[in-house]
Amino acid sequence: MDEIKPLDDLFFAQLREFTAARIGLGRTGSSIPIKESLAFNLAHAHARDAVYSELNVDKLGETLAEFEMPIVQLHSKAAYRVQYLQRPDLGRQLDETSAEILESYNRENDVVIIIADGLSATAVNHNAISLLRILLPQLKASGLTLGPLCLVKQGRVAIADDIGFLLRSRMSIILIGERPGLSAADSMGAYLTYNPRPGLTDEVRNCISNIRPHGLSAKQAAIKIFYLVQESFRRMLSGIALKDDAGSVTG
Amino acid sequence: MSYQHTIGRKVYRFSDLKTLLAKASPQRSGDVLASLAAESYEERVAAQMALADVPLNRFLEEAIIPYESDEITRLIFDNHNVTSFKLINTLTVGEFRDWLLSDDTTLSVLQHVADGITPEMAAAVSKLMRNQDLVAVANKIEVVSQFRDTIGLKGHFSTRLQPNHPTDDPKGIAASMIDGLLLGSGDAVIGINPATDSLNEVGNLLILMDALRQQFDIPTQTCVLSHITTTMELIKNGLPVDLCFQSIGGTEKSNASFGISLALLDEAYDATLSLKRGSIGQNVMYFETGQGSELSANAHHGVDQQTCEARCYAVARRYKPLLVNTVVGFIGPEYLYDGKQITRAALEDHFCGKLLGLPMGADICYTNHAEADQDDMDNLLVLLGVAGCNFIMGVPGSDDIMLNYQSTSFHDAIYLRKVLGLRPAPEFEQWLIRQGITDENGNLNSKRNVELLQQMKTLWMK
Repeated sequence: MDEIKPLDDLFFAQLREFTAARIGLGRTGSSIPIKESLAFNLAHAHARDAVYSELNVDKLGETLAEFEMPIVQLHSKAAYRVQYLQRPDLGRQLDETSAEILESYNRENDVVIIIADGLSATAVNHNAISLLRILLPQLKASGLTLGPLCLVKQGRVAIADDIGFLLRSRMSIILIGERPGLSAADSMGAYLTYNPRPGLTDEVRNCISNIRPHGLSAKQAAIKIFYLVQESFRRMLSGIALKDDAGSVTG
Repeated sequence: MSYQHTIGRKVYRFSDLKTLLAKASPQRSGDVLASLAAESYEERVAAQMALADVPLNRFLEEAIIPYESDEITRLIFDNHNVTSFKLINTLTVGEFRDWLLSDDTTLSVLQHVADGITPEMAAAVSKLMRNQDLVAVANKIEVVSQFRDTIGLKGHFSTRLQPNHPTDDPKGIAASMIDGLLLGSGDAVIGINPATDSLNEVGNLLILMDALRQQFDIPTQTCVLSHITTTMELIKNGLPVDLCFQSIGGTEKSNASFGISLALLDEAYDATLSLKRGSIGQNVMYFETGQGSELSANAHHGVDQQTCEARCYAVARRYKPLLVNTVVGFIGPEYLYDGKQITRAALEDHFCGKLLGLPMGADICYTNHAEADQDDMDNLLVLLGVAGCNFIMGVPGSDDIMLNYQSTSFHDAIYLRKVLGLRPAPEFEQWLIRQGITDENGNLNSKRNVELLQQMKTLWMK
């Protein structure tokens, strides 16, 4: 057995304080020892499971009922996950049934909130409700009218453009699962778009990233989002221009 | 001009050269996404058969992106070396494949012909080659580059030490650098992907790395992989810039989306050369490429992603780079879906780059939404090692905590050197021995050099 532990465990323990990188792993021969090897496999397994996790529509629907708002269930043109992964264009568009559903909601509103699986349904299953419990009361108290809560399967960020346009919303906010990393598989992002309509690109959106208990907390995220909502309505735009002025608040 | 091939009673027609190239390309998700891929297995082989009959000369007559509208096309045509091309100017693409594999086509022949081959010829012939062919030909080629050490020699294999940190924390970066150096990594470059493009922070990282390099007299070079405009600004401000980095694309439009042009690259190249910081060579550029970036920027002009990628190499070779790195699996499954597609793309890129005379390395990597895992990377690592790849990445435990993807680890490089009998860059190898990190046979010492560790502490205690 030629397992070589770091010569100076204390030395590497010190180094590890400065970074979450996988340093000081030791080696056996030229290879990474079993404990670290399996730890890596577990992190990757969590990320893979997150990519294939499903939006828990029943559970989310039940909990969202507490907000006493209409809830609609929508689907993108990507029929299933494997297609979703290979065809981002389909994940950005509503399927026909969903579009018909939205056309029946014939009322203008200020903000539509969308919850989509993205690349980690786990992320929104875990983090969407706690954020909305803080954010929705703030939005309502500031006098903004809200569209129905939209739950979207196989959705990408830009599907918020289709939805906001059909609902005649002045702004869309989509909560969506981010691409899982090894360090976090449940990271949720929030993208805000003023005057949503098909054909927009990412420079007109503002993004709040890494929303999860060990990242940006629901409370911190709600503060940032609410600030951006107010600024966006005041200046009638969103995206790069807004972000620049928001300075330290948007981070 | 249109091309065609008949199989049984079915006549397959291809309206132009770029369509023929796209249809002949082995299956990958990005070409399907762009609606360029063959629609059946038979159509793909029909295209390959038609392509095999196309004379190489044809590629000098039919530009796949018009000469008038794309500066990369102009670069390719204007710099084509007719004298070198004479060696192959009577061949078809299919004959060219056989010629490349022939025992008579030796290293010196391949080096002589490189300037006569256009990226599109390289891409075309690669589409007719199996993975084995791509390895066999690349294995014959040696492309050597130098700055403070010698990279790419036969029997040697280098790594870029990639000590990224999500907030560019200097102590966090130093910690990963030390870990990598103690595992023999960093002879190609110590290169950081910065989290920000802020002049001040990038400057601090350059100073940190340069201090480390000088303190321990390490025969390598350092680089912060920021945009060339940032690097040029840092050069003006007198910061220690060894290498100038830039991501490049294969069309003028894709380069515009990166905020660059040939004129800007010329300027950055001259500015970096003027510093004369290389001790044994003056290859000062570090380029990164990767299939799919042109489609991603909506700048592919209906050209398949592998041919677009090969066109990047025309840009790269204008600047005699130290390193060209195809970041093959970073772009995601909508361009390269799984381990099979990533592997194929890496072998194509390595082959095409080497054929065109470039010091090719590869970031053997994948994202978590791709159908790939460590086993796929292990396979590709061996394939590229056998093919003679100049360098790979060295990331602590394969896990890049800044870019959120998985690449090769410091351990992977040690493994490959061991199983294939490869050694680090000669100057760097001597340094590793002097420091007591490895012995004369390249084995890592079981007892690490305590003194070195103690000295390195001063780096972040400062």
